[in-house]
Parts: sequence; structure tokens; C-alpha cells
Amino acid sequence: MRRLVLPCLALAVVGFAMSCVDAALLRERHAGRIEANHVLAKRLGLTDIALFTEARYTRHPSQADLHAPFQDHPLALEHFPTGSLIAPPRHIARHEYLDRTTARAN
Amino acid sequence: MNIWIEQQRALIDFTLAALARRKARNLGLLAVYTLLVFVLASVALFSHALRHEATRVLADAPEIVLQRLVAGRHDLIPPGYLEKIGHIRGVQHVEGRLWGYYYDPVIKANYTFMAPGAGGIERGTIVIGAALERVRGLALDTGISFRAYSGKLYSFVVADILPHDSELVSADLVLMHEDDFRAFFAFPAGHYTDIALAVANPQEVRNIAAKLADALPDSRPILREEMLRTYASIFAWREGIVLAILSGAILAFGILAWDKAAGLSAEEKREIGILKAIGWETGDVIRMKLWEGVLISLTAFLGGYLAAYLHVFYADSMLFEPVLKGWAVLYPRFQLAPEIDGLAVATLFFFTVVPYTAAVLVPIWRAATTDPDAVMRS
Repeated sequence: MRRLVLPCLALAVVGFAMSCVDAALLRERHAGRIEANHVLAKRLGLTDIALFTEARYTRHPSQADLHAPFQDHPLALEHFPTGSLIAPPRHIARHEYLDRTTARAN
Repeated sequence: MNIWIEQQRALIDFTLAALARRKARNLGLLAVYTLLVFVLASVALFSHALRHEATRVLADAPEIVLQRLVAGRHDLIPPGYLEKIGHIRGVQHVEGRLWGYYYDPVIKANYTFMAPGAGGIERGTIVIGAALERVRGLALDTGISFRAYSGKLYSFVVADILPHDSELVSADLVLMHEDDFRAFFAFPAGHYTDIALAVANPQEVRNIAAKLADALPDSRPILREEMLRTYASIFAWREGIVLAILSGAILAFGILAWDKAAGLSAEEKREIGILKAIGWETGDVIRMKLWEGVLISLTAFLGGYLAAYLHVFYADSMLFEPVLKGWAVLYPRFQLAPEIDGLAVATLFFFTVVPYTAAVLVPIWRAATTDPDAVMRS
């Protein structure tokens, strides 16, 4: 039993260390792609990532209306599965106008 | 030192032999344990890498986006707003943005139509995201027709396809000429979806936003820092129903592990009694059980973490796709760069290895300190 288990455990420890090395190599490989996406997002003026395309407030959560998930009526249930995965951005929960919060901060 | 190592090796040997006697039970526990670590580590690795990538890609998003609200809903920017904003001191650049949503009944998908301010797209042509190309079966120079909300049919030729590597930001994009966009959505001249602003002094962004809200009371400025914060907190541990579901699974596993570790079977008690009767010290028994806890929990942690690493960074988080896709038809194919949050991994390690190992020790210490004869008889 020891002949089998201990080498397996040692292999897993080596695998864990290798995953750290691999992560550094992969990061280097992905750097060009991320920079290209950054340039594209800057050129087009994109504000959100296209991960959830099912509803407008999940496609562009940072641009969503106030009350976006409850847009049909105030007690409406969430329609889209994504709405259960991500919470609305914090800034849309703040209904106070920005001029008042900035004045207070100043 | 050598004697100590030899002692530990003998203890590990004995522990493994004891575990092998209850093979099915221990392997079952190890499998469930590994699976739980796999799910938790996958969520942690995926969400951290995604947060990191989103904040890097959107680092140069517009400094301020100004929306107009009518009756609490987003409305078009009417003519005159751009000029008013241009007069505000500190505003370096103002640009009206044209974008909107289109539902394609052919594949039941939502697209984001956009007319880039920089131009570069001929009239009658479109540039599309790679996910749209794949799902709609389009290719370069092929034609496609969309029925506008007015009922009129508009045809376009696919002039270019955005890079496949950019799907995370461009999966559903349809870029077109400004005139085509205005004609398609029947946008009145001089109207825009919203306004993007650049500010001369980044320190003044909040003050400019306050001036904007003051000068145009029906507007809503959204700052870049708010956009980035949206993604910095996406899938944060406190958010979403995933945590609610997972916490049930974690609790169930906790009960299972506690029951396994804390409750000694009659067989295990007898074993401890025999060991004590043949001369084992209480410390040896505890050390032996400590090794049992460490071996099981460490194997589960390492196995689960490595499987999660391969799942997220080599298998494109395929198990999450149905969950993240929801009801959407267009889903980007993307690979994430492995940005690993050391603190999250350390926390996962601590909460998977330490509690189980500790739970093993308490009943063993109680049994090991009792008289061997009493233990064997009980």
C-alpha cells in the first residue's frame, strides 16, 4: 500500500509545484492576447465583457438601469439565470445622485 | 533525526495498512472530499482569473459614460447635450456613442449593435464577433439580413470578423457604419445612445461628474472606477446563489467528515486497545491517527486543486459553461490567463486540511488515554 500511496502523494506535491510554474508560463503566453483585447476595448470604448448575453442588464451590468433586474414591476422575480449568479453592481444600488455624494466627500 | 524519520515511516506504513482494511469507506470519503475541493477550487480559480482579466481589458474604458434617464429608464441623448458638456471646464473630449441591442429570431440570440466612433467601416458592411460567426454560420464576404424594429429588411455584407481571441469582449458585437445604424434603428439625427467623456485631470473625475449631474439633472454619470468595481466584485464570495448552493454541499460534507472522523467505530476502538495493550504509547496512537487525517485531507486537497487547475485553464471551465450560459445562445469561447490568488489557495488549504485533521484527533485522544482493557471491553 505504501509503495503505491506515497509515490502518488509525492507526485501530487510535484504536480502542485508544477502548476505554479505552468501558471507563470501561461500568463506570459496570454499577455499578448490580453493586451490586444485591451486595445480593442479601448478603440471601441467598450464598458463590459460579453460573458452573459441573455439580457441587457447582464450583458452590460455596469450600464444597467437602476432597478434593472426588477424592471417589470417592483416585486418582479428575477427572469434570467445569470441574475442569480451575479449580484447587481454596487453603484446601481446607490440611488443618490452623484453630485450629492461628491459634495459630501469633498 | 534518522530514528524519528524511521518512526514516522513505520507509523505511515501502519496507518496505510489500517486504511486499506476499510478500503471502500475511505476511498468513498476521499472521492467526495476531492470532488468538493475540485468544485471550490474551480470557482476560486475561475472567478479570480476572470476578475483580473476583465479589469485589465477594461482598464481604459471611457472615464465617464453619461446616460439620460426618463422615468427611471435609459433614454436617448437629445441634440444639444454634447455642446453643453463640451463647455464644462476640465472635459477634454466628448463623444456621442451609438449602440443598442438586437434580438435575432433566427437563432434566438441577442446581439450588441454598435457604430464605432473611430469609423473605419464601409456603408452596407458589418464587422462581427467570432461567436456570432460560429453560431450564425457566417463567413467573410457573405451577406446577412436583419429585420429592423420598423419591419424593414436590411442586408449587410460581412467585411471582417473580430479575432477569435477577443470573444470575451466581442462575442456578440455587430459593428456597422453610423448611417446604417441610424437607419436600422430609426435613430433621429443628432441623437445618441449615451456619451463618453475623457477628463483632462484624472483626479477631477468625480468633480466633473458632479458638475455634469448638476448641469444636466436628468443624466446619470457612470465612472470608470464604478465599471471596474463591477468586475472586481463579480463572483465575489458573498455574491450569488452559487454560494448558497455550495454552502449546503459544504455543510453536508462537514457532517459526513465529522461523523467519520469524530465517531470511532467499535473496530477502531478495539484496535486502539490492542495497540495500547502491546505497548504503544498514547502519543504514538495520536501520531498514527494524525497521519491518517493528513494523508486523506492532503491527498484530497492536492487532487482536487490539480483537477480544478486543469479544468479552468486547460479545459476552458467546460463544466461551468451551462451554468454561465443561462438562457443565452451566444457564449464566448475563451481561455483565461492563470492569475492565482495565493490567499484563496491558502484559505482553501487551511479549511480542507486543518479541520479534518483536528476532528480526527479529539476522539482518538479520548480513546487513547483510557485504560486499554476498558477500551477493548467497550
